[in-house]
Amino acid sequence: MRAKLAPYFYILPALIIVLVFRTLPILSSFTASFTDYDIGGFHGFVGFANYARMLSDARFWQSVLNTVFFVLGVVPAGLLIPLFLAMLLRRKLAGKSFYRTIYFLPVVTSAVAISVVWTWLYNPEAGPINQIITALGGEPLLWLREPRGIFEMMLSPLGIHPKGVLAGPSLALVSLMMVSVWKSTGYNTVLFLAGLENIDETYYEAARLDGAAAWGTFRHITWPLLSPTTYYVLIMSTIVSFKTFALVYVMTPPPGGGPLGTTNVMVFYLFQKAFDRFDIGYASAISVFLFLILLSLTIVQRRIAGRRVYYS
Amino acid sequence: MMSMDPRTTAIGISKHLFLILGGIVMLLPFLWMVNTSLQQGGLSNYVEAWTKVPFGRYFLNTLLVTLLTVAGVLVTASLAAYSFATMKYRGRNFLFLLFLSTMMVPQPVYLAPSYVILAKLGWINTYMALIIPWTTNVFSIFLFRQHFKTIPTTLYEAAVLDGCGRLKYLWKVVLPLSKPVIVTVILFNIIGSWNSFMWPLVVTHSENLRVLQVGLSYFNQEQSSNFELLMAASTFSTIPLVILFLFVQKRIVASYSRSGIKD
Repeated sequence: MRAKLAPYFYILPALIIVLVFRTLPILSSFTASFTDYDIGGFHGFVGFANYARMLSDARFWQSVLNTVFFVLGVVPAGLLIPLFLAMLLRRKLAGKSFYRTIYFLPVVTSAVAISVVWTWLYNPEAGPINQIITALGGEPLLWLREPRGIFEMMLSPLGIHPKGVLAGPSLALVSLMMVSVWKSTGYNTVLFLAGLENIDETYYEAARLDGAAAWGTFRHITWPLLSPTTYYVLIMSTIVSFKTFALVYVMTPPPGGGPLGTTNVMVFYLFQKAFDRFDIGYASAISVFLFLILLSLTIVQRRIAGRRVYYS
Repeated sequence: MMSMDPRTTAIGISKHLFLILGGIVMLLPFLWMVNTSLQQGGLSNYVEAWTKVPFGRYFLNTLLVTLLTVAGVLVTASLAAYSFATMKYRGRNFLFLLFLSTMMVPQPVYLAPSYVILAKLGWINTYMALIIPWTTNVFSIFLFRQHFKTIPTTLYEAAVLDGCGRLKYLWKVVLPLSKPVIVTVILFNIIGSWNSFMWPLVVTHSENLRVLQVGLSYFNQEQSSNFELLMAASTFSTIPLVILFLFVQKRIVASYSRSGIKD
């Protein structure tokens, strides 16, 4: 009897924590989304009322749009730049570990400290970035305080004034995106390096014997054989981008979420609903929506990748 | 491949040019941070930032939370992983899937209900809230399990013949054979715990319980135009992890890259 129960004793401490602090709150966020749980506690089930409210909440849709902008900007840049750097760093190269150390530094540094530093770098009045721009004869920018969309800013000198979604993400949001890419570049580079080092050298020898050009070698050997890593980086950075919070919270602090709410991303919005208004029911509905987006993106990416990814 | 072909040399040089340019972009914010922190008053900015709000207290809080969290993870994760990897029992696969499924859901999704649960336990604004929920880590369990499975069972049979119990076998044989994984788990959890922000921001209110990241964030709001002090505070907040990283950077980079390769 004792022997039969023994395995459960080993698992028990971890199981209690997982059940109470992961599984239970995860399931509760689903049930809470159908209630009007607020500062006064639980009042009753309200069906899909929280979801209906979401549909007509302009601030919510703004947060969705901002999140989509954020992901569409950060994920491709966070894929291509690290891939390029990893291609440069692969094989024997003088100073390889030196470069790797420097690139990795932002990864281990806290998002809060990094955000405090970048807030200063972006500072419109005295910050170093604007000082450099002015020294080079350019126009200083408002960076984190600029609500205008970047396409609008780029096209308006030409007399074109795109509105709404076409105006693009605000410069404030783009400033956050650049920090996000900067912070994750080292991590993704290291992942790509590991992926590249896993590719069997004999493929390249064969290509060399065939006289393949550099681009052909990349296109027909490196890219397909690297696809499991690329796929992993793609999924991970999508999820991380959707979760962005600390950068937004510290660099464009509440209330508001940036100039005219243009850096108000989903997690920031649900955080405000949950902990400034204590509107747990509504915040949970937003959480469930966020989770369903992430889940379906993962499934779609897996479908597409399933056909393309090459597993050796 | 030591050719003196001018084309190869040109490629080599342009490689380094790109890498140096990238390195400057990565490093410059840190250099600006330190440089600004030393303007107008020099090192006294550090003293002023440190004494303006109780950063010493924030450091101790962070240190305490990190140490206890990492210790908890090591115990609970290695025990759970040991049972997943080496024992046969009813519900094992179900439980393992249950654990893994929690990794699929990002933390912000269940933050609000977590708060309610902590409130019901009476743990809001306590060290319990900062520590207990993070004393296990599913990803660490996963890493341990993958490694434990590679240890040949013949070792176990031999040890049992010598009268060695299961727990003793974990302690005397399995864990000493798992040093790289233990280091990986320790490093991941130190970095995660030291840098965690959203959770401590939500579950604590009083200044006494602030961890470094939360304290720095409030300091940033209070001193929003006092850049010398802000950069001094950012510098001393980042230095511990930067030093840790520089000491064990090979290990950290290897851990991160290994974690990316799923089998």
